[in-house]
Amino acid sequence: MSSVTVITREGESVDIGFEDGQTLMEAIREAGIDELMALCGGCCSCATCHVHVDPEFFDKLPSMSEDENDLLDSSDDRDATSRLSCQIALSAELAGLRAQIAKED
Amino acid sequence: MKHFDVVIVGAGHGGAQAAVTLRQKGFDGSIALIGKEPEAPYERPPLSKEYLAREKAFERILIRPKQFWSDKNITLELGAEVVELDAVSKYIRIQDGRQIGYGKLIWSAGGSPRQLSCPGSRLPGVHSVRDKADVDGVMAELDNGARQVVIIGGGYIGLEAAAVLRKLECEVTLLEALDRVLARVAGEDISRFFEREHRARGVDVRLGVTVESIEGRERTEGLRLGDGTLLAADLVIVGIGIVPSVEPLLRAGAVGKNGVRVDDYCRTSLHDIYAIGDCASHKNQFAEGSEIRLESVQNANDMANTAVRHILGDEHPYRATPWFWSNQYDIKLQTVGLSQDADATVLRGDPETRSFSLVYLKNGKVIALDCVNAMKDFVQGRKLVEQQACPDLARLADALTPLKSLGEEGSN
Repeated sequence: MSSVTVITREGESVDIGFEDGQTLMEAIREAGIDELMALCGGCCSCATCHVHVDPEFFDKLPSMSEDENDLLDSSDDRDATSRLSCQIALSAELAGLRAQIAKED
Repeated sequence: MKHFDVVIVGAGHGGAQAAVTLRQKGFDGSIALIGKEPEAPYERPPLSKEYLAREKAFERILIRPKQFWSDKNITLELGAEVVELDAVSKYIRIQDGRQIGYGKLIWSAGGSPRQLSCPGSRLPGVHSVRDKADVDGVMAELDNGARQVVIIGGGYIGLEAAAVLRKLECEVTLLEALDRVLARVAGEDISRFFEREHRARGVDVRLGVTVESIEGRERTEGLRLGDGTLLAADLVIVGIGIVPSVEPLLRAGAVGKNGVRVDDYCRTSLHDIYAIGDCASHKNQFAEGSEIRLESVQNANDMANTAVRHILGDEHPYRATPWFWSNQYDIKLQTVGLSQDADATVLRGDPETRSFSLVYLKNGKVIALDCVNAMKDFVQGRKLVEQQACPDLARLADALTPLKSLGEEGSN
């Protein structure tokens, strides 16, 4: 099983496994990291699964939809590394990715 | 008798969130989360969407992995319906007779689907869409070959189910008693848009019709309408709202009529008992302080946080901005605020383009928006609702004018 590294709001680094096709949001939730709200369940309707992704993985990420871009604008913690974790489908290519859970809005 | 420091009745979005938040905030007392259904807490919105469409398996809609609850030392009591509450001796009784004592009680039991009262409404083939078992029942009917579906009720549940069932190539007729769909929750432009979209995809939308009876010998074969028309149906889906599940609370003396009444901190009138989510009737400042119930994930979660904070001695009144979403076909509807009291609406953009918003105003102030495939308006419109902005109506109607530019003006 491949893994990614998630950094919690308290700064703790956690390596979590994922299955191909799982989204980063689902993998985080599956790992029992409970600070990610993901209120809408991953249908790109809110911004409560906001993470900051290590820039070195940017070119491997699925491109950002206009909806995701607009939703991220609702967050005060938005910056150039912001993504909604429900919109990142994980694959072997993304193994080793580092993502930090964004501040709560 | 078992005793827990906090007992949460109802393992839906609100109950699960309350348990999770208690632990997140460092509460180390004992917690029991009591659910009527046999399943661990799961997301309800996908039931009428991706789960029914079989695009998401059940494991993918669990709110937390099964292991999570025991890892956090949260006792799950599933398949347990609370039938009685003693608010003096502070215990609840579940249907098998067991009693469970509580220090604080959080009632988040939601509601049960309103049933039809006409003849035949109990025939096999008639289903609600509220919990997993309901939707599993619908899916079993489809597996057994059901293809002629009649949906009763043109609210969100009915429309979402219609969208999925069309995708699954069923014949779908949707019946609404009022003269437009979504009549209780949205303005006419939104109703007419969804009616056109569903009709364009082959749904037979019938407005202003009543159901006389459901016909069939051993199972559903058809529906008799008020005007005598007989519609063939091998599957009937009833989506006509919920009845809040608060009976034990009211019998124990809690104040409430439509649900149970709570104050700004989600406290009921009974000592040490809170109520949250669909069943909690509260004064909402987004409805000018009138007492309402809100049936939404947002409300369940935010009320859970309010109740938990109060239990932990951190008093923050419930002031969360209401928001809501519905997905049908490739249409994303997103709502912010509460539109019911609007005295005017402004249409932004052309519904024909399938991307537009309807802005609701009262006394010139923005109180809500319904945004159809218009995420920017949803995100920026939220600020207008929170600021109670009074924008220039001509500019508000201009879809090319960003809403955020109107908020600054409105708040000046």
